[in-house]
Amino acid sequence: MLPLGFFQNADLTDQSIVDVSWLNLLMALGLILIAIGISRWQRLGLVKDFVIGAFRTLIQLVLVGYVLVYIFAVNRWYLTLAALILMLIVAVNAAIGRQKKTGDRKTLSWITGTAMLLGSSFTLFYITALVVRVNSWFDPRYLIPLFGMIVGSAMNGATIAIERLAGEMEARQSEIEAYLALGASYQQASEQPVRLALRASLIPTVNGLMVVGIVTLPGMMTGQIIAGASPLTAVRYQIVVVFMQAAAVAMTTVIVALWYRRSFFTTALQLRPRPAGNQ
Amino acid sequence: MSKHALPANTSLQDSPQNESAAFVLQGVRQVKEGQTLLDGIDLEIVSGEVTALVGPSGAGKTSLLRLLNRLDDPVSGVICFRSRPLNQYPVQQLRLQVGFVFQTPVMFPGTVRDNLLIALKLAGKSLIDADNLVAETLALAGLDPSLANREGERLSVGQKQRANIARALMTSPEVLLMDEPTSALDPETADRLMEMVRGLGKEKKITVVMVTHRLSEAFQASDWTIVMESGRVLEAGATRYIFEQTANPRIRAFLEKSK
Repeated sequence: MLPLGFFQNADLTDQSIVDVSWLNLLMALGLILIAIGISRWQRLGLVKDFVIGAFRTLIQLVLVGYVLVYIFAVNRWYLTLAALILMLIVAVNAAIGRQKKTGDRKTLSWITGTAMLLGSSFTLFYITALVVRVNSWFDPRYLIPLFGMIVGSAMNGATIAIERLAGEMEARQSEIEAYLALGASYQQASEQPVRLALRASLIPTVNGLMVVGIVTLPGMMTGQIIAGASPLTAVRYQIVVVFMQAAAVAMTTVIVALWYRRSFFTTALQLRPRPAGNQ
Repeated sequence: MSKHALPANTSLQDSPQNESAAFVLQGVRQVKEGQTLLDGIDLEIVSGEVTALVGPSGAGKTSLLRLLNRLDDPVSGVICFRSRPLNQYPVQQLRLQVGFVFQTPVMFPGTVRDNLLIALKLAGKSLIDADNLVAETLALAGLDPSLANREGERLSVGQKQRANIARALMTSPEVLLMDEPTSALDPETADRLMEMVRGLGKEKKITVVMVTHRLSEAFQASDWTIVMESGRVLEAGATRYIFEQTANPRIRAFLEKSK
């Protein structure tokens, strides 16, 4: 999430923003209470998660706010870099954290980490070098929020790609073996699962491109507008964001899928039995 | 190499070991998920003829078959194909020479022709002028060549199984492994399929190894029969001998029960 007023435009700053005071924030807790109430009423078993989640949101975001204030004030390249690396590590962990089907977590962290690093850093570099031409290359005010949005998308893409690929490889065992029996390479035998995994992870992005601005007003754009930026500036930033997310997801997921599929085969091109704890 | 390359008056027994064998297995053991599936298999499989693998379910027939084109590797023991250990062949090359037909036919997306052409493509062969080959191979597998343009998924189960056999034959393998190819078929269709299999051995000199639980099929189509039970070979020999003269009481019991 972006702190409000991030991309505040100089020419419009005379419009003051309504500040959300701590007391106001307490009122916002009422909203989460509604959600908790419904979850309890319908016995969804989510009350505890909601309470913990609400506290985490509160604490994480307030802390992030202070950390960002500090990083912006100090404005040193190594601090910015450290923040970016930390974001990446947390995102990689989250991406593979939900995978229950994998006994090969170590391989998977390595694959996902590399893919997200390459996909995200290339996108960030492209953006800051060619699109949002930042004055100093490590300016944390731009790098951190941009990277956050990139890594977030890459994380979601990687999660879907991993899950779908593992699922398709399992569901299509007989088809894959039929290919292998005809002398196929592992690349040829897993073509269809890879294609389906990539499609599944890119479709949310494609859908996003279709309806952005009509069905959804993206968070960043909303934030900028509330912060007083001209909607035209906010829109231009949002276009950049949507495109960069598409690129990051595509690059990350293609690396994940093409690399991860190897782990389903032995060197003798046999389907590797999946590790125990497979459900 | 194959039996018919020997002088006409040389009988099988006289030929040096391995000369007539497509596969030689020695001390082959297979264990999966802690279960012993094959418990010391020693076998020879004769080249250019049809061998049937029979036995009750759980005997290890399919586990054995899967070893022959390395869909699985045994935990111990040696398997030679034409006198060389299997793992000395590049595995993709091996599989081009040793085709496999699965119990449940698998159709790839597209038409029957597409399915057959995939085999050529995977073998790295040219697809130019492949139409004649497709027609010939379909006929060899007992399918009307006019079915080439039909969507693979729209075939009957029997036709799918034949299309799978045709696909495996596209690259002219020396060996065709078949895992219960008739299990989903009605007896009449199965019967015709077995006739076709017999022809593959007799006319095309393809080495066929076929797992079947229908003894009548083994009797009808095979030259050699291997009887398995609990991961071991009970007896292996000429099909007529096994069916008509075996002294092994367990096999006699099995034959009786399966009648």
